[in-house]
Amino acid sequence: MSTPQSGPLSDSDLKGTNLDGQAAQALRARRVTQIYVYEAPVRLWHWLTAASIVVLAITGYLIGSPPSTLSGEASSHFQMGWIRALHFMAAWIFTIGFAGRVIWGLFFGNAWSRELFWVPFWKAEYWKDLLDELLVYAFIRKEAKTTIGHNALARTALFFCFTLTGLFMIVSGFALYSDGTGIDSWEGRAFGWVMPWLGGNLSTHYLHHWGMWIIILFVMIHIYTVTREDITSRQSLISSMTNGYRIFRDDRPD
Amino acid sequence: MAVLETFYDVMRRQGITRRSFVKYCSLTAAALGLGPEFVPQIAHAMETKPRTPVLWLHGLECTCCSESFIRSAHPLVKDVILSMISLDYDDTLMASAGHQAEAILDEVMEKYHGNYILAVEGNPPLNEDGMYCIIGGKPFVEQLKRVASGAKAIISWGSCASYGCVQAARPNPTQATPVHKVILDKPVIKVPGCPPIAEVMTGVITYMQTFDRMPELDRQGRPKMFYSQRIHDKCYRRPHFDAGQYVESFDDEGARKGYCLYKVGCKGPTTYNACSTVRWNDGVSFPIQSGHGCIGCSEDGFWDKGSWYARLQDVSGFGIEATADKVGMVAAGAVGAGLAAHAAITALSRARHKGDDTQ
Ligand code: HEM
Ligand code: HEM
Ligand code: SF4
Ligand code: SF4
Repeated sequence: MSTPQSGPLSDSDLKGTNLDGQAAQALRARRVTQIYVYEAPVRLWHWLTAASIVVLAITGYLIGSPPSTLSGEASSHFQMGWIRALHFMAAWIFTIGFAGRVIWGLFFGNAWSRELFWVPFWKAEYWKDLLDELLVYAFIRKEAKTTIGHNALARTALFFCFTLTGLFMIVSGFALYSDGTGIDSWEGRAFGWVMPWLGGNLSTHYLHHWGMWIIILFVMIHIYTVTREDITSRQSLISSMTNGYRIFRDDRPD
Repeated sequence: MAVLETFYDVMRRQGITRRSFVKYCSLTAAALGLGPEFVPQIAHAMETKPRTPVLWLHGLECTCCSESFIRSAHPLVKDVILSMISLDYDDTLMASAGHQAEAILDEVMEKYHGNYILAVEGNPPLNEDGMYCIIGGKPFVEQLKRVASGAKAIISWGSCASYGCVQAARPNPTQATPVHKVILDKPVIKVPGCPPIAEVMTGVITYMQTFDRMPELDRQGRPKMFYSQRIHDKCYRRPHFDAGQYVESFDDEGARKGYCLYKVGCKGPTTYNACSTVRWNDGVSFPIQSGHGCIGCSEDGFWDKGSWYARLQDVSGFGIEATADKVGMVAAGAVGAGLAAHAAITALSRARHKGDDTQ
């Protein structure tokens, strides 16, 4: 998206944007405002996390259902070995990213960088916004208000299906990891309580496996909704996650 | 504490040579993961310390732990440790029975109060005031509580005493309950397995005799020296697992070649036990070596965690046999279809309202 402009909007300003082809004249009456929302570390983290989740889901699925048997000598293959190694490498990226994201949100980031970690369910406004968004998705309301950070529905889904589920994957994942490193390793000491708590080793595998499906369903819906919002809503979405600026396409009151 | 004869006295009385005795000590040191420098220490303890009396109670169980125990690889183990235990009390193995046997129990409890080890095989059912398991005319749970009160420590033999095992499988009609949930004020050592390996059982007793203390336990109360590694970590088929070579069904080429049993439900990756190192019956074999996956018999609730021939349990409540993956894929398909439909409606309504808000 083009950089902030001071002069009146011209047709060429819209080239290459999501409004490409529309007449600038119609927009000129409005003030196109934008706010820097997603700071660089957040954006970098977002795409790293997305990539690591793709690797984690593919390798995790293959750990549960390995490809068909390879012929030849065992010494000439290391297929499951690589699948697991990739899972663990991606797991480390995901985990360190997650921890870094928490630290960024707590100490360095702007107000919107903290939205991922809680939901203001005690505020009436939150429930109203959530309902409004749901009505928009049910095609009952035409449009929702603009938001600088995440809208109420997005925030709810992110918190439960990404933040909490992701945290669960890290905790259960490192508990499973301690099977290999031993109960006296730091993983065993830090996460050894997890497996008895979840009902044993096998149950931990089972729930870790389910966590993957929750995240896959979340990602499907996430990609659909950001694309849809990007096209239909009153503000930018996908470009916000690449260049950081939230651009509002109108300044009508909500 | 009254003076008891030592292990060594018992051994000599049984006609065991000094040579065999030393051999037993070194084998035990190896089984416990101790270096050769510990052999004299074990021998010394066996020779000089009065043996610790062991009382062995039987609750709701199948006696497979006793069966395993008397098949200890080294003959000395069964001759010595066993005779030593049956000297005190073990109602399935001792010669006396009935009131006579119960009298011995009382006698030992009184004489060695606070010093004996209580070994429990099986568990107490708590439903109907414990009436599902009667010993000497009274519910087993009462005997257990009574004998436990004077014990120094408790050993839970097998998965029954440790976790509940088959009699505690859903729906657990008798409310069979593992020992550590009934006896809350004594240290409990869990030696799970259905049954546990004989060498593991004798190893635990010998360790306690030698060092006068409990073996180091893990978070779940199992002796670390036997339960700190999974079957999978020391399985001789592991290279096939890492390579990606699996038995796909029990009669295929892979099965003949001895490939990894992961895909036919081997629970080795989730089971902590010593089978893949100590093995069974004098080290002859263990289940995976004879071509069948581990069923996870030493893990909590292994009866209720799905089929022995599938890796993960099925999802209950879906009527058909559904794995997490099947349900997940159906859900993903449904969500995908839903999103496509939603996208179509979005496009239609946008087309209808096109231009509404320009101007
Ligand atoms: C595995 C894949 C993905 C995961 C786990 C994921 C996760 C997330 C998370 C956690 C956030 C919140 C960011 C924050 O508040 O710091 C977010 C926001 C966002 N993501 Fe993703 N994402 C994934 C893939 C994608 C893809 C493929 C796209 C683009 C097509 C995308 C576009 C966005 C956008 C536009 C936002 C901002 C939403 C808003 O402003 O409300 N994401 N994503
Ligand atoms: C969102 C991220 C993650 C996804 C989607 C995911 C997915 C999976 C899946 C589907 C499995 C197979 C479970 C089974 O059938 O037994 C698995 C196994 C495993 N995962 Fe993850 N996982 C994630 C994160 C992590 C993390 C952060 C760790 C931490 C180290 C981890 C460690 C493991 C381990 C150790 C196993 C078991 C491997 C084995 O049994 O050999 N995972 N994962
Ligand atoms: S046979 Fe079982 S224990 Fe052995 S490597 Fe395969 S999965 Fe692991
Ligand atoms: S291999 Fe597994 S199921 Fe078999 S005895 Fe050992 S722990 Fe039990």
